[in-house]
Amino acid sequence: MTERDLVIVGGGPAGIAAAIAAHENGVRDILLLERDQYLGGILNQCIHTGFGLGYFKENLTGPEYAGRFIEKLHSLKGIEISLSSFVVNLTSDKTLTYLKPGMLSTIRAKVLIMATGCREKTREMVHIAGDRPAGVFSAGLAQKLINIEGLLPGNEVVIVGSGDIGLIMARRFLLEGAEVKAVIEIQKESRGLIRNVVQCVKDFGIPLYFRHKIAKIRGKDRVEGVDIVKVDDALNEIPGSGSKISCDTILMSVGLIPENELVEMAGVKDVNKIFGREACRAIFKVAKLWKIEN
Amino acid sequence: MKTYDVVIIGAGVVGAAIGRELSQYKLNIAILEKDQEHGFGVSKSNSGIIHPGTQNPPNSLKGRLCVQGNVLIRKISHELGVDFKETGELIVAFSREEIPRLLGLKKEAEQLGVPWLSIVDKTWLRKNEPNLSKEAVAALYAPTAGIISPYRLVYDLCENAVRNGVEIHTANPVKNILKTDRYFEINMPNDTFRSRYVINSAGLFADEISRMVGVNNFQITPRKGEEFILDKKREHITNHLLFPLPQKDTKGVLVIKTADGNPMIGPTAEDINDKNDLSTSDNGLAKVLTAAKKMIPSISESDIIAYFAGLRPVAGEDFIIRHEDKAAGFINVAGIQSPGLTAAPAIALLVRGLLGENGLTLKRKLLFHKHRKEITHLFSIPFSITQKLVKKDPSYGDIVCRCEMISHKEIRDAISRGAKTLDGIKFRTRAQAGRCHGSFCTTRLMKILAQERKLPLTRVTKRGAGSEIVKKDRLDD
Repeated sequence: MTERDLVIVGGGPAGIAAAIAAHENGVRDILLLERDQYLGGILNQCIHTGFGLGYFKENLTGPEYAGRFIEKLHSLKGIEISLSSFVVNLTSDKTLTYLKPGMLSTIRAKVLIMATGCREKTREMVHIAGDRPAGVFSAGLAQKLINIEGLLPGNEVVIVGSGDIGLIMARRFLLEGAEVKAVIEIQKESRGLIRNVVQCVKDFGIPLYFRHKIAKIRGKDRVEGVDIVKVDDALNEIPGSGSKISCDTILMSVGLIPENELVEMAGVKDVNKIFGREACRAIFKVAKLWKIEN
Repeated sequence: MKTYDVVIIGAGVVGAAIGRELSQYKLNIAILEKDQEHGFGVSKSNSGIIHPGTQNPPNSLKGRLCVQGNVLIRKISHELGVDFKETGELIVAFSREEIPRLLGLKKEAEQLGVPWLSIVDKTWLRKNEPNLSKEAVAALYAPTAGIISPYRLVYDLCENAVRNGVEIHTANPVKNILKTDRYFEINMPNDTFRSRYVINSAGLFADEISRMVGVNNFQITPRKGEEFILDKKREHITNHLLFPLPQKDTKGVLVIKTADGNPMIGPTAEDINDKNDLSTSDNGLAKVLTAAKKMIPSISESDIIAYFAGLRPVAGEDFIIRHEDKAAGFINVAGIQSPGLTAAPAIALLVRGLLGENGLTLKRKLLFHKHRKEITHLFSIPFSITQKLVKKDPSYGDIVCRCEMISHKEIRDAISRGAKTLDGIKFRTRAQAGRCHGSFCTTRLMKILAQERKLPLTRVTKRGAGSEIVKKDRLDD
């Protein structure tokens, strides 16, 4: 079995940054595995600006920002990039099996960095009742359909939750000529950045309902509307406060969860705690260990 | 005008089983299906339980066919390579007072010929079903119960029927039927077929089809059942199918094992009026959760990763399977609610007999292809075999659905086997059935489907016309 000094799973911003940083610190045998057909991860579909303000002191789009790092990555010797490469098994001794078109390989990593990102919570995870028609999308899927595939998911949109992707997609749909009927948020305030609330929703006069939730999705084949209802501070429905909004599209922007299945497969406990800032701390610890070991 | 010996209306599990059974004989057969794909009606929401025959009255037709079907399904699943698994079931009593009812169920089932039943006690339950509530005092154990994928069974029966010469016409709703001297004339929006015999296995709409030939002696009431699917991480929460004692119209809320690994809890049972109402409710969730927790206290709301509702086509207490003398050559197969999936192969035999009694000549074909090449699912084979497959066809190594590990090759196979919609791909392969519910793979699936079926992306649907995924392609501007 081949052994590699460093294997990084995930070629999004975190994985690319990890590869570059490892190289800068002298590692010369690096394998970067990316399951998609291109590097850059979710940045590719984030065509809005606001990236690179801190790092490059420039206002870049997601693909531009990713592009600079990808270019740098390609210029470094000793980093093998393997696209369309999907890890199907991971054991506790850091042995990975991955599939790519035409081959299945098993390798061992001396050091392994998991940068597998996250996925969006779905309608099913928050248990919204009603029909199950076409036209219910995660905000990220809608973003991919519009920005990468050039497809418009729908014409009359209701957004559930006020996460950043949902807020950004409100503006995006509007600019594509669709009508955004409402953003529905169960909490008292938005869970997104203030600049997104202002620039993506308020500036365009999109109604933002706090302390509301979707009681029911309606529509036999395609979404026809939603029933919304007010909730109290304990998030219980307030009787008699229901109303209906007609729409053909529903976007879910109700939070992200880490893609930890591989780490779990390797037997790591409590993986759900590894996310966001905690993940950065964990990576930092790994990096320190790396220096000590080498 | 196309002329057939037998036309079967409805490509659910019953129509598919009848079609496959009759495909052994020298007959011209067509199956008509109103939906875009077969199995999209009652069958797709089936729990996937192969019942042993318990919980049926001893003199009932459905009881007899269930016991027979439980045996036949093993042979069929072996021939077709469908994933049948014998898990056994437990009907659980929660107080000493309920034990006489268990004994009553056992006696009735034994009269029907259900084999190897036994009453198991608390000690047995602790040992063999450790997550079961401590309140459980005894259970009726039926070892011949099992599980199967209901939609894969329908697809496999249909594909094998087609291999043996049966035609399946999807997206062809029957509008009316005319009886002439020798034939029935079956009118669809764009076609008319002629047939000597008509078999009505139209599920929820069987009463409407029957009325088209002047037979108006039953009515179908949809009885809704909401089901909730749990995360695969909880696959081994039970070792058997768990039932409470049955209630008046239902076997109650069950804890079910499924062919795909995810446990399932449900169903509710509620008579409704609308044959198209497949909505779920907060109320249904609450009911199912409470009942399921009574059996397995460790089940929690956060285990639920998906849910759906199905409709049982109810026409009184028992199945209706009969030749209608008022319209000679017309056979009703109606009211096939539970245990219809189990009974389907036995129903097919019964229908074959009715056709023979009513003048249809049944001559066996010289060559009947009873076996079918097993479908490859990467998630169910060892890596050593995957490695060989990937070498033979590189696209086995191109993973499209990351949650369930489904390759580009498997998606294309599903399309060439008949998938025309995203749901059709999902039911055949499990792509989109995992944790992300298609958030990651929908765009790729749309493109593969569009390419293979030569469709514009704007005409890719979830489950047929009206359920298009996107409204506009910028390339069309």
